[in-house]
Amino acid sequence: MNSTKTLIYDGSFNGFLTAVFIGFEQKLTNADIQKQGNLQSGLFAETETIFTNVTKAQRVWNGIRNKSNTAIKNIYFSFLSEQKNIEALLYYYIQKLMGSKHLGATDFSDDAVLKINNVAHKVSREKHRMEAFVRFQLTKDDIYFANIEPDFDVLPLISKHFRNRYADQQWIIYDLKRKYGLFYNLHTVEIISLDLTDIPQNSLQKNSAFTNEEYEYQELWNNYFKSTTIKSRINTKLHVQHVPKRYWKYLSEKKVAV
Amino acid sequence: MDFKRIKEKLNILADAAKYDVSCSSSGSNRKNKNNGLGDTGTGICHTYTEDGRCVSLLKILLTNHCIFDCAYCVTRKSNDIKRAAFKIQEVVDLTINFYRRNYIEGLFLSSGIFKSADYTMERLIAVAKKLRLEENFNGYIHLKSIPGASDELMYEAGLYADRLSVNIEIPTISGLKLLAPDKKHEDFIKPMLKVKNEIIRYKEERKIIKSTAKYAPAGQSTQMIIGATGESDKDIMYSATHFYKNYKMKRVYYSGYVPISTDNRLPSLGSEVPMLRENRLYQTDWLLRFYGFNVTEILDANNPNLDMDIDPKLMWALRNLNYFPVDINKVDAHMLARIPGIGMDSVRKIISGRKYRNLNWSHLKKMGIALNRAKYFIICNSNDWERRDLDAPKIRSMILQSQNGKFKNQYNNQLSLFV
Repeated sequence: MNSTKTLIYDGSFNGFLTAVFIGFEQKLTNADIQKQGNLQSGLFAETETIFTNVTKAQRVWNGIRNKSNTAIKNIYFSFLSEQKNIEALLYYYIQKLMGSKHLGATDFSDDAVLKINNVAHKVSREKHRMEAFVRFQLTKDDIYFANIEPDFDVLPLISKHFRNRYADQQWIIYDLKRKYGLFYNLHTVEIISLDLTDIPQNSLQKNSAFTNEEYEYQELWNNYFKSTTIKSRINTKLHVQHVPKRYWKYLSEKKVAV
Repeated sequence: MDFKRIKEKLNILADAAKYDVSCSSSGSNRKNKNNGLGDTGTGICHTYTEDGRCVSLLKILLTNHCIFDCAYCVTRKSNDIKRAAFKIQEVVDLTINFYRRNYIEGLFLSSGIFKSADYTMERLIAVAKKLRLEENFNGYIHLKSIPGASDELMYEAGLYADRLSVNIEIPTISGLKLLAPDKKHEDFIKPMLKVKNEIIRYKEERKIIKSTAKYAPAGQSTQMIIGATGESDKDIMYSATHFYKNYKMKRVYYSGYVPISTDNRLPSLGSEVPMLRENRLYQTDWLLRFYGFNVTEILDANNPNLDMDIDPKLMWALRNLNYFPVDINKVDAHMLARIPGIGMDSVRKIISGRKYRNLNWSHLKKMGIALNRAKYFIICNSNDWERRDLDAPKIRSMILQSQNGKFKNQYNNQLSLFV
């Protein structure tokens, strides 16, 4: 039995699931699943390039889902964390999950389960933060536009939320870090990539792409934010804990006056 | 829209509304209809003020003109402040435009009382109605019930709002008489009772006719000011329990009094906001709502006030050491929830985790349990446990030494020699 091998996949979730399928097929005890492009294979490790196969991916997905709904959510969320070597940990997790009757996705006394659970929790927290901290700005083309730079790849997770909430306006949420975005055209959400030369932030400089009214509302919001603070209760530490500084440049309420 | 004028009004009317602490935008289940705008669900805090409070709703007064003169209120008629009033359409436009930019979950609309209770209430309802019917807005709307508003208006308000609330303000009737001589206790109670009864009636009807409209789906809440009069923590929590039980409140909020007036019936300007006390009251509230505690277990005639140094669950446990230690691997959820240092998340994790194996210290630690408190009250799958026969004061002081909470410098009574 072959026990260790490096499987190289295209970086997509379906690609990863296909790699898991191949790993199981070949009865690998350790599968070092790695993204194409940032390969760091061991000196003597055998490698195999995996071609994404939706049917195989689907079988793995269904297999896990039939075992546990919590597990499938944890696996997808952890995968989107893009953390180093998360694939290998997930492989181990899936192996344990599928191999044993007793080990469930809620066995918090198991290290791997606890770790995956924690990573998934972090991603879930950022998903929630993006639902909170997206700030749309109205462009002259009547599209509500927002930039984000999340630590994890959460766009796939927030699509439905914004689709449900903003059904009657066109919007774009663009991930500057990963260079792709979501565009809702009043009917469906599409994945887009843009060539942004001038990145619109909530900055002091007005950007000609946006309506004049847009800046009036930003100022109103900025003012509102100040008026609601109770001066005798100011607690900066708590404030920064809730609104981490790395998000500030996209928050109209944190902008210094226009 | 005259943005300059709106800005002025918004500054005045947001500033006056900020003492209303309710920020909840959850608990409703209004879905987006006909490709309209907005929905409600778990509720999102879109930002936090510099004092660390959540902002999820556009919280404003319709006007800060008021015919009443309640000592604790900035908007009281005797206070010499700038007055302003929004037009109905202005509130609608602000709400919609803030919502579209993902700043807010909806609107929290309160008001000073101008002309009469009913006249004011009618205008609050007009805003909500316009948002729902003309703008197809399905976001969250929290309307303040105006004390003394008629039953008919309270009925109508519930058809458009997700939540209604009327602030009880002062936890005791005598305190209210002292500080708000124009207001009568019954004026608060009557609209609450009407809303409670309508909620029950609509729920019953929905069981039979599924298409029955929603009536205040996120329920009612109320708020009490803490530390403005001499009430005890027992007075406050017994009063809160009364509202939870008899008026089916979703939430009772506690608001540490922020001195805003030089009235000699009140704590003087510059006296400190009782933030730690407020925090302990919320902890107690949590114990009652989620941890299965009865208020009489925590506060009674012999213990009318909470301990400021330690959290109320620890306070309870130290008074009831005869229940402990308990075996983490055996006791039921009810008892797990009563162990100091163990929150409801940890209770769930322990219950799932112990199905697979007996848990020991390292498992508990990894699950995120505050062992510095919990270790005196539990045994687990390990021989190594706190065997000393410690009494309550001893445990209390050992825990105090080990913790490093956010209020540490406030409850550290010991003098520091070298500051």
